[in-house]
Amino acid sequence: MNKKTTQKIAFLSFRILGIIVIAILFWILGFIIYNGIGVINWNFLTTAPTDGMTAGGIFPAIVGTLCLVAGSMIIAFPLGVMSAIYTQEYAGKGWIVRFIRVMTSNLASIPSIVFGLFGMALFVNKLKFGDSILAGSLTLGLLVLPLVIRTTEEALKAIPNSFRTGSYALGASKLQTIRKVVLPMAMPNIFTGLILSVGRVSGETAPILFTVAAYFLPKLPTSIFDQAMALPYHLYVLATSGTNIDKTLPIAYGTALVLIAIVLIMNLLAAFIRKRLNKKLKSH
Amino acid sequence: MLETKNINFYYGNFHALKNISMKMEKNTVTAFIGPSGCGKSTFLRLFNRMNDLIDNTKLTGECIINDKNIYHKSVDVDELRKNVGMVFQKPNPFPKTIFENVAYGLRVNDMGDKHFIQQRVEESIKSAALWNEVKDKLHKSAFELSGGQQQRLCIARALAVSPEVLLMDEPASALDPISTSKIEELIHELKQQYTIVIVTHNMQQAARVSDKTGFFMLGELIEFNDTKKIFLNPDEEQTQNYITGRFG
Repeated sequence: MNKKTTQKIAFLSFRILGIIVIAILFWILGFIIYNGIGVINWNFLTTAPTDGMTAGGIFPAIVGTLCLVAGSMIIAFPLGVMSAIYTQEYAGKGWIVRFIRVMTSNLASIPSIVFGLFGMALFVNKLKFGDSILAGSLTLGLLVLPLVIRTTEEALKAIPNSFRTGSYALGASKLQTIRKVVLPMAMPNIFTGLILSVGRVSGETAPILFTVAAYFLPKLPTSIFDQAMALPYHLYVLATSGTNIDKTLPIAYGTALVLIAIVLIMNLLAAFIRKRLNKKLKSH
Repeated sequence: MLETKNINFYYGNFHALKNISMKMEKNTVTAFIGPSGCGKSTFLRLFNRMNDLIDNTKLTGECIINDKNIYHKSVDVDELRKNVGMVFQKPNPFPKTIFENVAYGLRVNDMGDKHFIQQRVEESIKSAALWNEVKDKLHKSAFELSGGQQQRLCIARALAVSPEVLLMDEPASALDPISTSKIEELIHELKQQYTIVIVTHNMQQAARVSDKTGFFMLGELIEFNDTKKIFLNPDEEQTQNYITGRFG
């Protein structure tokens, strides 16, 4: 076979595989939209479940999930970014940094249910936060910390050294260089890490199972020490422990649809901010 | 003004600079030439302690600016780098506006108020012969400028903090001939106010811009002489061989 034919065959198979991936994604999305769209209406989005969860809406779960996303990001983002700045910019190349890197990777591979148990042992019981948004946010924050650290490290690594030396050569300190040159340049990529983390956090069930999630709460949480409902857990409850599966199943699909929509909206928002940051850097 | 005494410098076990002693006068342009890897850039970077940023290096000897050993414990490295500006091989403006690039050094060193910064930025861009090209777009990104303009912006940025010495590490090697000649003209102008040390691969450039030239080879300073003498009638045979293109 000559090389042109080989190339054609190769690219054709790449294209087919690519299409398959997209097809799977659209199939899942289509399935959930098809089954869930029927129950979506203003009432569904703004009221609490009623009649043993066979009717009403999912408003408390939406609010709960938003709280958990915000709470875990407030914890994981500064902590992760600062750790990454330490390992990437300050700590040099010694064994301590290598050790931290290995441990970060290990942390990333721990199953999320283990985080849930750890969160229950430490935050709920030992620190006596109880089942609460605080305990859940801390647990979720720990879960995504490695992801934030790793993406931030990669973002910092991608900044060419010439910008750092250029800054030092003008008499800037290391901290000034990081704050005024390196971080602004790395921000768009750090933001990508944030997007991934938000997606991860809003979908996780296991870490919130023992730390925050309530089976049913008609009221909204009023403080960070309150329990809350959350979309993924609510979905799990509807799908597994409903008393009237015929009535709860459409609601479960509707919940899944709302969860996906929330993640999608957050991703779009973050992508928009990321694009603006990038634009601000590259041209005016 | 600038002086080194018995400088030896090592990258790990590699002996990169061998016992170099030399003196450079105020308001002169000194060029360093020599084949790649001869140590001329390493030597240049001693004067603003840029080599400090590289791990596993060792320095012996003295490097003196204005009668003071800049490697003495009492020296504030940030202050030193303010006084000894540097322009790099590849233009490296920050991803900020043209104005903010030049103001950067003033801001990080807390030099003066808003009014002063405004004035100093304008002066510096004018000194770098860039004003007419950028005066209407000071608040546009520096990345919109051409390579040659970016390099002059980097020169303006270095001038803004009022250094006495300007180090240039092959400042025109990434530029086209027209931009190169602009940079060379600029070096002539700047000599009135600054002491300039330039590393270059281009021997014609050394001949055109410098008063004195040092020829480096394998970490040694083979010859340091008036530029005219180096190019017309060098004392050392190795220098003669290099400038006539017999090797290197």
